[in-house]
Amino acid sequence: MQSASILIESLPNIAWGLFTTLGLVIIALAVGFVVGLPLGIIQVYGGGSILSRFLSRLSVLYVWFLRGLPNLVLLFLFYYGIFPFLGIDLQPFFVGATVLGLRSSAYQSQIFRGALLSVDQGQMQAARSLGMSRALAIRSVVLPQALRISLPAWSNEYPILLTDSSVCYAIGVMEMLTRASLQVSRTRAPVPLYLATAAIFIVMNYLGMMLLHRAERRWRIPGFGGS
Amino acid sequence: MGDTILRVQGLSKRFDSEEVLRGVSFEVKKGDAKVFIGPSGTGKSTLLRCLNRLVEPDSGQVWLGDDEITHASDIDGVRRRMGMVFQNFYLFDHLTALGNVEIGLVKVLKMPRHDARGFAMSELARVGMDRFADKYPAELSGGQAQRVSIARSLAMNPEIMLFDEPTSALDPELTGEVLEVMKRLASGGMTMLVVSHEMEFVYSVASEVLFMEGGVIVERGTPGQIREDDASDTGAPKQFQRTRAFLRRLDG
Amino acid sequence: MDDALRYVIEDLSAPLLHGAAASLQLIVCSVPFGLMLGFAVAVGWVYGNRAVSALCKAYVLLVKGTPLLILLFVIYFCLPSLGLTLSPFAASVTGFIMCNGAYNSEYIRGAILSVRSGQLIAARSLGMGRFQAIVSIVLPQAARRALPGCSNEVIYLIKYSSLAYILSFIELTGAGKMAATRSFRFTLVFSVVGLVYLTMVTLASLFFMWLEKKLAIPGFETTRD
Repeated sequence: MQSASILIESLPNIAWGLFTTLGLVIIALAVGFVVGLPLGIIQVYGGGSILSRFLSRLSVLYVWFLRGLPNLVLLFLFYYGIFPFLGIDLQPFFVGATVLGLRSSAYQSQIFRGALLSVDQGQMQAARSLGMSRALAIRSVVLPQALRISLPAWSNEYPILLTDSSVCYAIGVMEMLTRASLQVSRTRAPVPLYLATAAIFIVMNYLGMMLLHRAERRWRIPGFGGS
Repeated sequence: MGDTILRVQGLSKRFDSEEVLRGVSFEVKKGDAKVFIGPSGTGKSTLLRCLNRLVEPDSGQVWLGDDEITHASDIDGVRRRMGMVFQNFYLFDHLTALGNVEIGLVKVLKMPRHDARGFAMSELARVGMDRFADKYPAELSGGQAQRVSIARSLAMNPEIMLFDEPTSALDPELTGEVLEVMKRLASGGMTMLVVSHEMEFVYSVASEVLFMEGGVIVERGTPGQIREDDASDTGAPKQFQRTRAFLRRLDG
Repeated sequence: MDDALRYVIEDLSAPLLHGAAASLQLIVCSVPFGLMLGFAVAVGWVYGNRAVSALCKAYVLLVKGTPLLILLFVIYFCLPSLGLTLSPFAASVTGFIMCNGAYNSEYIRGAILSVRSGQLIAARSLGMGRFQAIVSIVLPQAARRALPGCSNEVIYLIKYSSLAYILSFIELTGAGKMAATRSFRFTLVFSVVGLVYLTMVTLASLFFMWLEKKLAIPGFETTRD
C-alpha cells in the first residue's frame, strides 16, 4: 500500500521531533516550577512589608495576564515583539520553551498556592513554637507538605504542556507537528502522517501519566491526605 | 377477589449468598394498613422494594389488583400505581417542595403544568406543607421533607402506599408530624404497607401486624390479638412469643 | 506614544474588531454543541451498555490525548481524502466542538456520579422510565455541579479559538498578525490583541460567576475547585 510506504519513509523524521517536543515540555515544566513556586509562596505569605505586598499584587496581575492570553498570541508577542525589541536573539525552540514555561508558571503558581493554603495552620504554629523563623518554617515544614499535596494537580501540567507544545509549530520550532506538516507537503499524504503523529502524542500522553501516577504513589506519605 | 389490592405469593430474593426473603406470602385488601415489624436485616425493606420491583425478586409472584406484575413489561406503569416513601426521603435536591410534587404529575402523568401546579399545591396542603412550597429540600427539616415526599407519592393517586421506615431517619421530636399525616391517611381509607417500629402508631393504625425474621413472616395478628395474648394468663401456649420478645427488646 | 495611540485607533481598531467578531463567531458556534456532545458522551459512558461506554471512553482518551492543533489538521487536511472538504471555519468549529465536548464530558460524568443514588430510585418509584429519570432528575442536578468546570472550558475555548488562524481562518489573532506584518509593530499589536482576549476572558468569567449565583440552589453545593 502506498500510504504504508510513505509512513515507513517519513515516520523516522517525524518521530525525531519527539526529542524537540519533549525538550519543550521538560524545559517548560522546569521554568514553570522555578517561577511558579515563588509566585505561589508570595501570594500566600506575602503581605507583611510594603514590598512583599507589592510583589504579591504584581504576581496576581502576572497570573491574570498569562492565563488570559492564548498561547499563540504569547508566542507571537515574544517571538516577533518583545525578544527582538530587547535585542535578544533566541532560536524559536527557546522562545517556545520560555513562553510555554512562563504560561505554565502562572498555572503552577495557583496549584502551589492552593496546596500551601491547604496545609493545616497548626503546622506553622508548631514550627514557630520550636523557635523556627517564619521563612524556615515555610521552607522546612509547610513547603514539603504542600509539594506532596500539589503533586496530583501538578502532574496534570504534563499532558497540558505536551498538547500545547504543538502550537510552537506557528513559529517554526521543529517539533513533531512541524515535521509532520513538512513531510505532508513533500508526500501529499496527510492521512497516514497526521494520524501517526496524533498517535505518538496519545501514547506519550498515556506513558507520561502512568509514570507520574507511579511517582505519586511512591511519594505518598501513609495517612497523609491530599490525593 | 374484588377488593384485594395486593397479593404476594412465595416471594424470594437472595443477594449473593444471603437469602433475604424466603417465600413471603400475604394479601392486602382495600383500606388495609399492614405493618411489618422485625429486627433489622430481616428483609422488610427488600420486601417493599420487590413489590414495585426497584429490586427484582428471584421467584414468587405479586398481583396488583388483577395484574400479575412480577413479569409485567410495563414496570413504570406499575410503579405509578404504588406510592413509595423512603427512609431518607430522597427528595429531588434541585427542585422546590412544590417542584418535587409537581414533577411526577408533569413528566409521568403528562398533566399540563398549570393544572399540575394547582394539584401539587393541594397535595402539599394535605400534608400541611403548602406554606413551604418554595423551599428547597436542604431548607426543610427532616420531618418536613418526609411530609413533602409523602405528598409527592400521594399526588400520583396510588392504589397503595408503601412506607419504608418513614421516621427512622428523623430526630425523635420530628417523628410526630409524619406519623400524624400517616394516621390521617389510614383513617381516610388509604391502603398502605408500612415498615415501622413506632409501636404506639402501629397499634393505633394497623389492621394487621406482621412480624418478620430471617426473611419470612413468623407471626401475624391484629394489634388487639397481640395485646390480648400478652395480657392473657390461661397457661395456653402463647401465640406471639417471638413478636413480644422482639417488642420487649425494642423497649430496651 | 502618541503615535502608537493614533496607530491603534486609526489603523488597528477596525481589523481587530472584525477579527474579534470572527472569534466570537467561532466560540458561539462551538459552545452549545460542545455542551451537548459533553452530555451525550458522559451519559453514554455512565449509563450506556458496554459497547457504548467503551466507545465514549475511547473518544475522550483519544481526543484529550491529541493536541487540538493536530485535531484541526486531521479534520482540515485528512477529511478531504474521505471526500469531505470543510472550510477553515467549519473545520475549526468541528475541532473545537470535539475537543470541548471531550473535556466537558469529564466534568459532567463526575457530576452525574456525584448525584446521590436515591434520586434515581425515587424517580423510578414514581413511575419514571430510566431515560426520563436520567433526563429530568439526574442531568439537571449534574448540570449545576458541572457548571464551574464547563465554564472553565469555555474560557479555554476562547483562547484556543486562536488556533483557527493556523487553518487560515482570519479571526482576532490572524487579524493582528496581518496588521503587525504590515506595520512591523509586533509588540504593540500583539499587546492590544492580548488585551482584547483578556477582556473577553474576564467578561466570560464574570458572566459565569453571575450564572452560577443565579442557578445556585440553597444547600445544593456546586463544588468549585
